[in-house]
Amino acid sequence: MTRDEAFLQFLLRMGDNTLILGHRVSEWCGHAPVLEEDIALANTALDLIGQTQMWLGLAGEVQGEGKSADDLAFLRDVWDFRNVLLVEVPNGDFGRTLMRQFLFDAWHSIMLGRLMTSSDDRVAAIAAKASKEVAYHLERSGDTVVGLGDGTEESHRRMQEALDYLWPYVGEMFASDEVDAEMAAAGIAPDPASLREEYDALVGRVLRKATLTIPDSRFAHKGGRNGRMHTEHLGHLLTQMQWLQRAYPGATW
Amino acid sequence: MYAQMIKTAGTGVKSREEMTEQERAFQDKIDADIKIEPKDWMPDDYRATLIRQIGQHAHSEIVGQLPEGNWITRAPTLERKAILLAKVQDEAGHGLYLYCAAETLGVSRDEITEMLLDGRMKYSSIFNYPTLNWADIGAVGWLVDGAAIMNQVPLQRTSFGPYSRAMIRICKEESFHQRQGYDAIRKMAEGTPEQKKMAQDALNRLWYPSLMMFGPSDKDSVHSAQSMAWKIKINTNDELRQKFVDQTVPQAEYLGLTIPDPDLKWNEERGHYDFTDPDWSEFYDVVKGNGPCNVDRLAARNKAWDDGAWVRDGLLAHARKKAAAKVAAE
Repeated sequence: MTRDEAFLQFLLRMGDNTLILGHRVSEWCGHAPVLEEDIALANTALDLIGQTQMWLGLAGEVQGEGKSADDLAFLRDVWDFRNVLLVEVPNGDFGRTLMRQFLFDAWHSIMLGRLMTSSDDRVAAIAAKASKEVAYHLERSGDTVVGLGDGTEESHRRMQEALDYLWPYVGEMFASDEVDAEMAAAGIAPDPASLREEYDALVGRVLRKATLTIPDSRFAHKGGRNGRMHTEHLGHLLTQMQWLQRAYPGATW
Repeated sequence: MYAQMIKTAGTGVKSREEMTEQERAFQDKIDADIKIEPKDWMPDDYRATLIRQIGQHAHSEIVGQLPEGNWITRAPTLERKAILLAKVQDEAGHGLYLYCAAETLGVSRDEITEMLLDGRMKYSSIFNYPTLNWADIGAVGWLVDGAAIMNQVPLQRTSFGPYSRAMIRICKEESFHQRQGYDAIRKMAEGTPEQKKMAQDALNRLWYPSLMMFGPSDKDSVHSAQSMAWKIKINTNDELRQKFVDQTVPQAEYLGLTIPDPDLKWNEERGHYDFTDPDWSEFYDVVKGNGPCNVDRLAARNKAWDDGAWVRDGLLAHARKKAAAKVAAE
């Protein structure tokens, strides 16, 4: 694997995470439990889509085949996507959506913090911009997880169920492979495994405050970030997201 | 504005002789363009009418998220998706300012939300029409926001301070939305034959419902006089509808789209376009609940509210625990 090939994979992983999660969050539009949450969810989705434009834009540049961020978002099939499985699982109830957001935001904020010192200026610039947004995402999702975890009996139960369901998807964010080794060697991005300690401390602190129990198992579903095996859900998501571009090829919108 | 058929409370405009001293002083302030603020004295009917009007406007912003949200997950490019998300977020924000404005009149957000959910309060008839192809999103921005702005611009001068200030803020965002909507439909009108077909189809379906947004014809609009005397309604329905038609026809021509009205033509003498009125029986059907999407829209809002009850309860319980812990620590 050449450095550019690894760099492309890394950029797709970053951009596909934000694209797919942004899409999932946008599914809530108009259906949130309270108006402030509708606004916050739309705002989060908007930030994530904006970050996608930057990551996939750079991915297209590095790939050098003249593809735009839109080409990459709308014209690839499931096996080309490099997002972690966590972001493609269906929204479930509001509790699961916010728990997923929190588990992702915690990783995202640590990752972006490290990327701000990337040896690649373009990566560092995207990370600097995105990390400001993500700091807010984390504050909000963390507060909501605490509020609902330590709320009523029902909200506690639902949040614990959400955590139990999602926890097996957490490990994939820290799995390292040859792409990561190449990125770490080049000083472009950290080895994901090196983020785990900080992540566990952060997530542990918030979940304790939320009176929730982290499942014992460290078992991790994998296959998203290397494209080996996505969940069944991603294909359905793409049928919606890519519909117009696929049905009317070559049109500009 | 998204308020239609607002029933003005009271028995009609009183002459100065019929007014009490307090009512005369109130009307003098309005006539002098002095804003009425929440703590000022106001007639009960003024308060009741404003709650209906602001509430209906707020509900329209909230229900209005649904037809646009219908296309967020299918937006054709990342930029269009971002623009649409930002717009829908703005609309939820408008709902929030307006509910806050209504709260200053002594009605809580939860109270009027429940009135929306059980059908006691309405939202604009336009949101009971479906969005069926991507050009509808452009057409909603162009026509629906365009019609809303027609009404909202004068309402920036409305007599009730919080409503007027909310309108000033909302108008800035709405005019931005309208430009974005026009840009989106322009891309379609200038695009492939299929895209052009989508744009024309959107205009065909949304033209008359947009004209209905201004409410019934003046001759059938029985509640205007008092609201106009109170300056919570500034222009008549027909004045605004005419202004909208006059503005929109050249825009459609520029796009190469045809307004679905064979009798539409410029009237040199009047200096306005003559046009066909919408089918008012359809309008009354929609207002009564028989529009294409009334049942689904209200069901979606009720589901969101019911499914979200545990979230609202949970967050409230947590806030109370935190407050109690703070008191215990002091």
